[in-house]
Amino acid sequence: MSDRVLLATFDHEDDLLNATFAVRQKGWRIVDAFTPYAVHGLDRAMGLKQSRLTYVCFVFGMLGAVGMLSFEHWVAAVTWPIDVGGKPWNSLPSDVPVAFEAAVLLAGVSSVLALFGVSRLFPGKQPHIVSPRTTDDQFVLVIEESDAKFDVSTVNLFLQQFNVIETEERISNQGQYS
Amino acid sequence: MTIRDAIAWIRDEVDPEGRQWEEFYRNRWQHDKVVRSTHGVNCTGGCTWNIHVKDGIVTWELQGLDYPELEAGIPPYEPRGSLWVNFKSPLLWDVFAISTYLLVSAIFWYVGLIPDLATIRDRSKPGWRKRISSMLSLGWDGSARTWHRYETVYLLLAGLATPLVFSVHTIVSMDFATSVIPGWHTTIFPPYFVAGAIFSGLAMVITLMLIARKTMNLENYVTKKHIERMCLLMLSMGCIVGLAYGTEFFMAAYSGSPYEQFVFKNRALGPMSWAYWTMVTCNVFIPQLLWFKKVRTILPVVFVIVIFVNIGMWFERFVIIVTSLQRDFLTSSWAHYVPSIIEVATLIGSFGLFFTCFLLFCRIAPVIAIAEIKGVPHLKKPEKNPEKISSKVEEKTA
Repeated sequence: MSDRVLLATFDHEDDLLNATFAVRQKGWRIVDAFTPYAVHGLDRAMGLKQSRLTYVCFVFGMLGAVGMLSFEHWVAAVTWPIDVGGKPWNSLPSDVPVAFEAAVLLAGVSSVLALFGVSRLFPGKQPHIVSPRTTDDQFVLVIEESDAKFDVSTVNLFLQQFNVIETEERISNQGQYS
Repeated sequence: MTIRDAIAWIRDEVDPEGRQWEEFYRNRWQHDKVVRSTHGVNCTGGCTWNIHVKDGIVTWELQGLDYPELEAGIPPYEPRGSLWVNFKSPLLWDVFAISTYLLVSAIFWYVGLIPDLATIRDRSKPGWRKRISSMLSLGWDGSARTWHRYETVYLLLAGLATPLVFSVHTIVSMDFATSVIPGWHTTIFPPYFVAGAIFSGLAMVITLMLIARKTMNLENYVTKKHIERMCLLMLSMGCIVGLAYGTEFFMAAYSGSPYEQFVFKNRALGPMSWAYWTMVTCNVFIPQLLWFKKVRTILPVVFVIVIFVNIGMWFERFVIIVTSLQRDFLTSSWAHYVPSIIEVATLIGSFGLFFTCFLLFCRIAPVIAIAEIKGVPHLKKPEKNPEKISSKVEEKTA
């Protein structure tokens, strides 16, 4: 497996989308794409699987709800039960609002933290930006030069039909392209 | 009551010799004897309370804490009550609801800013702006894989925040609805408060947006069409709020409860009727103008209407809290409400805090989500479906 990559820069979202789809059909491997905004349909064009972060949200949401309900039960009926006018110790309906809030809080915070974890986002991180314009107005497609059959000039020619602005070969080093 | 009395605190400031409000707090804690007593209603413990009495009237009380120890290993009987917070109290639900709302809203806001902070980082020259945006943008590089996950999480947050809005305003209304005060003790409160919150929220957002749009030249981003749609939503919420006002009166009449009936007669015809009719005029009558497209598209008129709605919704909270409290079950506890200097200062201070934060945000952070605006299909070709595109590509490459 080579660690050389080809960076193709585009000016328009549609060019990037068409090129991504076509490159994948040709059998060339796409490492990543860098875009200034969320390009809808790019995930399908790149063949990305649906994110599993929804499971994190669901599991932590359930954990918040069940955890808080059990805690409220433990507080009201187990560790310190108080008889107030003969009312039941463990009255489920009055436990629901706080359990709901705990569920939403845990679901929301855990999804965001999971996103930061999986995408390696943290304060002070030096971003490995391929070009400063990818957060502004340009789109970059990163194609892996996977084997000996990979011919840069063929790919260059192929990408011409998608109005590619420029292509550049770089060395890939753990997510950094220098 | 004279105007002189109503602005007693201003007179105290101008003429400090009087300073009657200080006297109020001094009197509050005065007592001439302390007696032992207990709480009777709904309480089985009969714990000791030291009751502080002045002129035969209870002014305040302290727990006596003289219950004997029951048994080693069993916690003391007093102070009566759990070591834990009371999970059956709507006031505690409110603590959880508001703090969750604050935290999730802040996270939602920040997560939405991350890609824009990265844009600022990459576009600004070295300096404090670049350093701060580098720190806060968390090394965002615009990778499609990150965008893919980001969109998922952003959708999840939006989905979580929506029921959260409902829960927060429902729970706030339960602070009132689970009490026994006439005018508060109604089951209509949760939907009534949710509709009122959306109504007043829209009015406030349109107010701020119209000013920001004009002063920051955002006319091409926040268009008349946006404002018109928001006006329609506000109108529908105003009608729901108007329906709630009517339903309250119907339920009072239908309930057969003389206290409930009195409270609503008192709201509409009593000493605070001016506040009630200000509320109804601003919230129900004036927004009806928004039925006309002509009115919705003349922005200065929209601005005047939303200011009226802001005033009306402030008076809604005033009417609910003040008119019910100043006329409850016992005529002996009736009073006329006059805001204290502390209350007026809190009101002014809350305005100050809000506008300081809002203006700082407008000055420092992007007021419009840059990364979302970039995706708006002004110049895009109509075809976006990759399957369709792929067949075209096949033709081209063949």
